[in-house]
Amino acid sequence: MDTLILRATDVALRYPGAQAPALRGVSVAVPAGSLVAVAGPNGSGKTTLLRVALGRLAPDAGLVEIEGRNVTTWSRRSLARQVAVVAQREEPAFPIRVRDLVFLGRYPHRSAWGGIGEADRVAVASALERVDATGLADRWVDTLSGGEWQRVRVARALAQEPRLLVLDEPTTSLDLRHEMELFTLLGVLAGEAGLGVLVVTHELNLAARFADDVLLLADGRTAAHGAPGDVLVPEVLERVFEWPLGIVQFDGAPQCLPRRRRDP
Amino acid sequence: MNPLRWVLIVAGAVVSLAVGVALGSVRISPSALIAALAGEGDPSVRQIVFVLRAPRVALTFAVGGALGLAGASLQAVLRNPLADPYLLGISGGAGLGVVTAIALGLNALWGLPIAAFVGASAALALVYRLGLVGPGMLDSRILLLGGVVVGAFAAAVSQAIVALADAQALRNAMLWLWGGFGGASWLAAGVFTAYAAPAALVLLAAAWPLDLLALGEEPAAYLGADVERVKRRVYLAASLLTAAAVAVAGVIGFVGLVVPHAVRLGVGHVHRRLLPAAFLVGGSVLVLADALARTAVAPRELPVGIVTALIGVPVFMVVLRRWTR
Repeated sequence: MDTLILRATDVALRYPGAQAPALRGVSVAVPAGSLVAVAGPNGSGKTTLLRVALGRLAPDAGLVEIEGRNVTTWSRRSLARQVAVVAQREEPAFPIRVRDLVFLGRYPHRSAWGGIGEADRVAVASALERVDATGLADRWVDTLSGGEWQRVRVARALAQEPRLLVLDEPTTSLDLRHEMELFTLLGVLAGEAGLGVLVVTHELNLAARFADDVLLLADGRTAAHGAPGDVLVPEVLERVFEWPLGIVQFDGAPQCLPRRRRDP
Repeated sequence: MNPLRWVLIVAGAVVSLAVGVALGSVRISPSALIAALAGEGDPSVRQIVFVLRAPRVALTFAVGGALGLAGASLQAVLRNPLADPYLLGISGGAGLGVVTAIALGLNALWGLPIAAFVGASAALALVYRLGLVGPGMLDSRILLLGGVVVGAFAAAVSQAIVALADAQALRNAMLWLWGGFGGASWLAAGVFTAYAAPAALVLLAAAWPLDLLALGEEPAAYLGADVERVKRRVYLAASLLTAAAVAVAGVIGFVGLVVPHAVRLGVGHVHRRLLPAAFLVGGSVLVLADALARTAVAPRELPVGIVTALIGVPVFMVVLRRWTR
């Protein structure tokens, strides 16, 4: 745990005009080589935490450090060399080919007038290969399926050659196979490539199977934080999600199953 | 990227420049044109080529290129394929700035682009404000509607000033309302270049961040773009290009819309290719449009903005249908 890439400490934030704070003292750390998942119900503060962690929002209290340096002191460009983000929504205004899209990941490494160099080509080719999208390189992005689109965006993030990969709800529009494929890829990136991976997700069960560390948020507070087995316990989840549920062991990980409520 | 397309684009520019110089009330044959360019042949032909036609064609090419470049850049920052300096009201605002300055007696050629820039920036700021439907949320339909309305208003006020003022320079009022290169000279070309060249360089240098901004502001920021700074630069540079164009040639619409779309079909949407191509093709198209304006109803001359509108409006309708489908 000595190579922390991201560390957020006691972060608090209230949006202007909002009744309740969106975050009330949340801490999370992402070491190199580990996959950290942030889960929780809608409105629990997941996306706000992400924005604060990425320096898009300044917290009212607490501190976010990337590589030991306050995130607000990084320029966007140098930050993009350390941290790559697959945002929840992205709609290109004009058609673009996959290869050109992935090349945009090289932007933080380039000068304004410089051409495309060998290092850029290598980074793009290996990023495409890593996500098994080499065959998609000449396709237009608006012809891709949801799963292919997510993989291509992960490839662009990898072309940034970051130390930390951040994804916001990456499986929202994906079917079972594609969400398993994506999380498997994230697990490989953390385990083999040694990246830090921070993923915000609704999918508690996916988080439990792939994450090393799960942060469960509720009402802007930490409801539980730790290994999946420590977070996926019925009492905690029932309180957070306000629904009766049970935990079963499957494939070596705890999985949460909601119960049918007899009387609505 | 296919190098043949660049050969075609450059060849098209050369041919359109030659056509622009050759056509007019005195038609110059290709051999006479080559002789004149080599400093030989009939002195009166040389006179026509170097004193009358060449400065006009050079200025027209530069203005067309500037409008193409401004349109392509605005389409990326606004993420809107219908963005164009004219449709966004920037040209109209610039025209109002120029007409106001001349009516006040401030008609030094070097100063007019500044007056135009004031008008252009004011119009863009107003249109942008109208298009903001929430904090940081730009509705591109309302933006265009606002642009058209602000442009119409600026044109109406310009027309009123032209009608009421008796400044000598406003006698040829059609120039400011519909555009034209009748007053072109090497001096005008120099003034235009002095203002437009730095702005064009700013836009060309922003080619990479424009690729990012076309993805959306949030992804662009995460990929390392300083979004606010890029937007500010592009708005200022596009306004300055438009202002310089309007100051020397009046309000010319649709070049900034039609040219980037035509170029996208040929070289794609990556801005380090799109922007230079939009400049070259914009220049070629406006030179040909001006040649048409000079010769179609000779010996009289059509304002070149009428020619570009006749070409541009059908293209606008096609793009509009595809965009809203």
